[in-house]
Amino acid sequence: MRIRLSAWCALPLLLQSAEGPQVFAIRNARIVPVSRAPIEKGTVVIRDGLIDAVGANIDPPADAWVIEGAGLTVYPGLIDALSTWGIPAAAPVRSSTTATPAAPAISGPEDRPSNTSYLKAADQIVATDRSIEAARDAGFTTAITFPTANIFAGHGAIFNLAGERPGGMIVSPSAGMYIAIRTGAPGIGSRTFPGSLMGVIAYIRQIYLDADHYKLANEIYATHPQGLQRPAYDRTLAAVLESPRILLPASRAVEVDRMVRFGQELKRSTLLYGGAEAWRSAELLRQAKTPVLVSLKWPERLPTADPEAPDSLRVLEMRDKAPSTPGVLAKAQVKFAFYSDGIANPKDVAKAVKKAIDAGLAQVDAVRAMTLSAAEIYNVADRLGSIDKGKIANLVVTEGDLFQDRTKVKYVFVDGAKYEPQPDSGSARKAVEGTQ
Amino acid sequence: MRIYLSLAAAALLPVSIFAAAPIVIRNAVVLTVTKGTIRNGSVLVRDGKIAEVGTNVNAPAGATVIDASGQYIMPGIIDCHSHIIAEAINEGTVSVSSMVGIGDVLNPEDIAIYRALAGGVTTANILHGSANSIGGKCVVVKMRWGKSASELLFEGAMPGIKFALGENPKRRGLTAPFGAAPSPTPARYPATRMGVESVIRGAFNDAKVYQAAWKEYEAKKRRGEIAIPPARDLKLEPLVEVLEGKRLVHAHCYRQDEILMLLHVADDYGFHIQTLQHVLEGYKVAKEIAAHGTGASTFSDWWAYKVEAYDAIPYNAALMMRKGVLVSLNSDDAELMRHLNTEAAKVMKYGDVTETEALSTITINPAKQLRIDNRVGSIEVGKDADLAIYDAHPLSTFAKVTKVLIDGQVYFDRDKDVAERPEKEKVKQMLITKAAEEKKKSAPQGAGRRPGQ
Repeated sequence: MRIRLSAWCALPLLLQSAEGPQVFAIRNARIVPVSRAPIEKGTVVIRDGLIDAVGANIDPPADAWVIEGAGLTVYPGLIDALSTWGIPAAAPVRSSTTATPAAPAISGPEDRPSNTSYLKAADQIVATDRSIEAARDAGFTTAITFPTANIFAGHGAIFNLAGERPGGMIVSPSAGMYIAIRTGAPGIGSRTFPGSLMGVIAYIRQIYLDADHYKLANEIYATHPQGLQRPAYDRTLAAVLESPRILLPASRAVEVDRMVRFGQELKRSTLLYGGAEAWRSAELLRQAKTPVLVSLKWPERLPTADPEAPDSLRVLEMRDKAPSTPGVLAKAQVKFAFYSDGIANPKDVAKAVKKAIDAGLAQVDAVRAMTLSAAEIYNVADRLGSIDKGKIANLVVTEGDLFQDRTKVKYVFVDGAKYEPQPDSGSARKAVEGTQ
Repeated sequence: MRIYLSLAAAALLPVSIFAAAPIVIRNAVVLTVTKGTIRNGSVLVRDGKIAEVGTNVNAPAGATVIDASGQYIMPGIIDCHSHIIAEAINEGTVSVSSMVGIGDVLNPEDIAIYRALAGGVTTANILHGSANSIGGKCVVVKMRWGKSASELLFEGAMPGIKFALGENPKRRGLTAPFGAAPSPTPARYPATRMGVESVIRGAFNDAKVYQAAWKEYEAKKRRGEIAIPPARDLKLEPLVEVLEGKRLVHAHCYRQDEILMLLHVADDYGFHIQTLQHVLEGYKVAKEIAAHGTGASTFSDWWAYKVEAYDAIPYNAALMMRKGVLVSLNSDDAELMRHLNTEAAKVMKYGDVTETEALSTITINPAKQLRIDNRVGSIEVGKDADLAIYDAHPLSTFAKVTKVLIDGQVYFDRDKDVAERPEKEKVKQMLITKAAEEKKKSAPQGAGRRPGQ
């Protein structure tokens, strides 16, 4: 125990908010609550990790650490609506002299291939993962992170991007079931089921039929155990039933159409992720009331693409207009949020959002998409996403408007603890105010 | 630039300027297929249907007139075996893949639809591949270019399912090549034609058990007993539909022995084989095929591409026809699909069938095989206005499609297509240039220079 403690002391920079001030007041700042009109000059009071007060005519309380906010803007902390931050990259495959166990024989959906629906991102988050700090320095305070390794990959978690232990960072351990549509090797496809797009779709359909049957069978059996065959236990189905919503991939307009209908058929609350060509599908999405998580990795021609193979007009148009998707969705009143989609440097996320603004998205809608809309989509808008009394004190304080080229992130508050990004460095960090 | 883009968007939509008003096509040779040939004939199209056909039709005021002098009108071509539009063809990992369906993976933006239109095709049977003894579910679609996936579906057409016999489901080709490391998963059963038969019989045994389980559950429910319903099984449900005559079986086959095997299996289990696909040795067992009321959908002269296709002859279609089999020609291929009219002409050349019999193999016969002949397949009053207009007799090598109508809407217009090409090319170049410029702009300043240089 003593040894571990001294090891921690050798890394003082890792120590976090426990000893920092519990009360902050940012005064004379421009405040963008998102839930209502901006306050040109006002004060935000943070107490014990929550927003205690916000408004134009509020005096900083006597016990507050006062931050002079003149020239600064306070926004709700940014949310990455579909992330892998916080989960360290999978360890490289161990080279081993022992024989690898033979893959279990898969004869169909009943063998539950590529299904880890019982995995929870909340159990996999590592508080010291480097991606957490880099994201925070770019103004992110929350990520909705998912396991992504399988067709049924597992449950996402909504977590705040600072804390000593993962348990304290989690806002919700059950954000939804990440479903990937992927099929083994290219060419003839995987040798195990499902090996094709239609196989994956049929498999997902069968799993949800099985899940509904599982629920029904267990209900009937629970009330009449005598004289009935007991239903078999199945952890994959139990986990599927726990999830409040599903995430389905859809980038091309054809996929949006397909997945909107598929979500309706499955009778599950559905989010689509991708959205590169969703500008063609705004009307369908509006009617279906299906929210879209828009990837900020805008499509472009791969550098490895065959120079002799020209792109079709359709593909050229899709790439040209992809950044207009958010603007089109905003106009059509389709709920959408952004996700980083593996953009290596979180600071590049702002640049990608700027591209959407240049292609017709209003600044105010861009901010909303990165904050309150994401919270609404995941049904946590009562605690995250805007600067309102009683909500979690996740804030980003900037010099300049968010997403503009010269904007600087001055402070980031996560659960009421203050962080200052290191200038010109994504990885260096400065620990909590007051402990130095 | 805005103008270019909106033009491009418009080009993606079907030519719908005629949609509202009735259309009269005049002065053409009308090849009705079922009601003879009308020289100097006209067709009146109203509300998507054929309203009148004859030498003298009553064109209402305001009707759009298409002058087809010197041209030929035939029913839109129906392809009984195609794989276009599908974003997946085979779920080849299992011996029975009836849980999957082509209907789930239609891509209405597949350019092959437009090219099929340019070849006079208006309807096609989109099939699962032939990797499995019992394959996936199939759908019948119309080539409504510009519409969504669900709008392509031929309303009310009976669903189908693909079966396959012979070399493909045997999967001999997928065992590890000589010298390669053995695959971690064993080569899939079956490995012989006997195995194919056993897979089909086994699947239908399972389907009957499944069917009985549901019947038993429903009986219990009627008696007021507490019971847990059987779990729905997406693999067995389509097979129960086959047993109940609610789903058509389209069976890929080549050799006479496997054809007879399948007909016997179907007799044993009490279901019907709707069509035999390819069926290159069908001429050897034509009487048996005809006796089962089974259709045959074959090629004109495509053969010897594999060991089981060596005994094919160009007289196959005609010989089967003479024995009373309902015969159609299919493409199984996006390119061949664009000139099925010349395939029909080959049957006439080799088999000495009549002009109408030849045209039937790509119109009314496939319509009957897909049980949509009440709607399409011939030019008759009341049928869907699915028409192909050619600039020469469609059985001539020189014939080109000038216009194609589906449901009374013009979906392909050769002149319009040719006229729009320069504009589309311009838009394309503009987008390529724009993307290149943006790439240059976003590249980091001084990229490519190294420190010290």
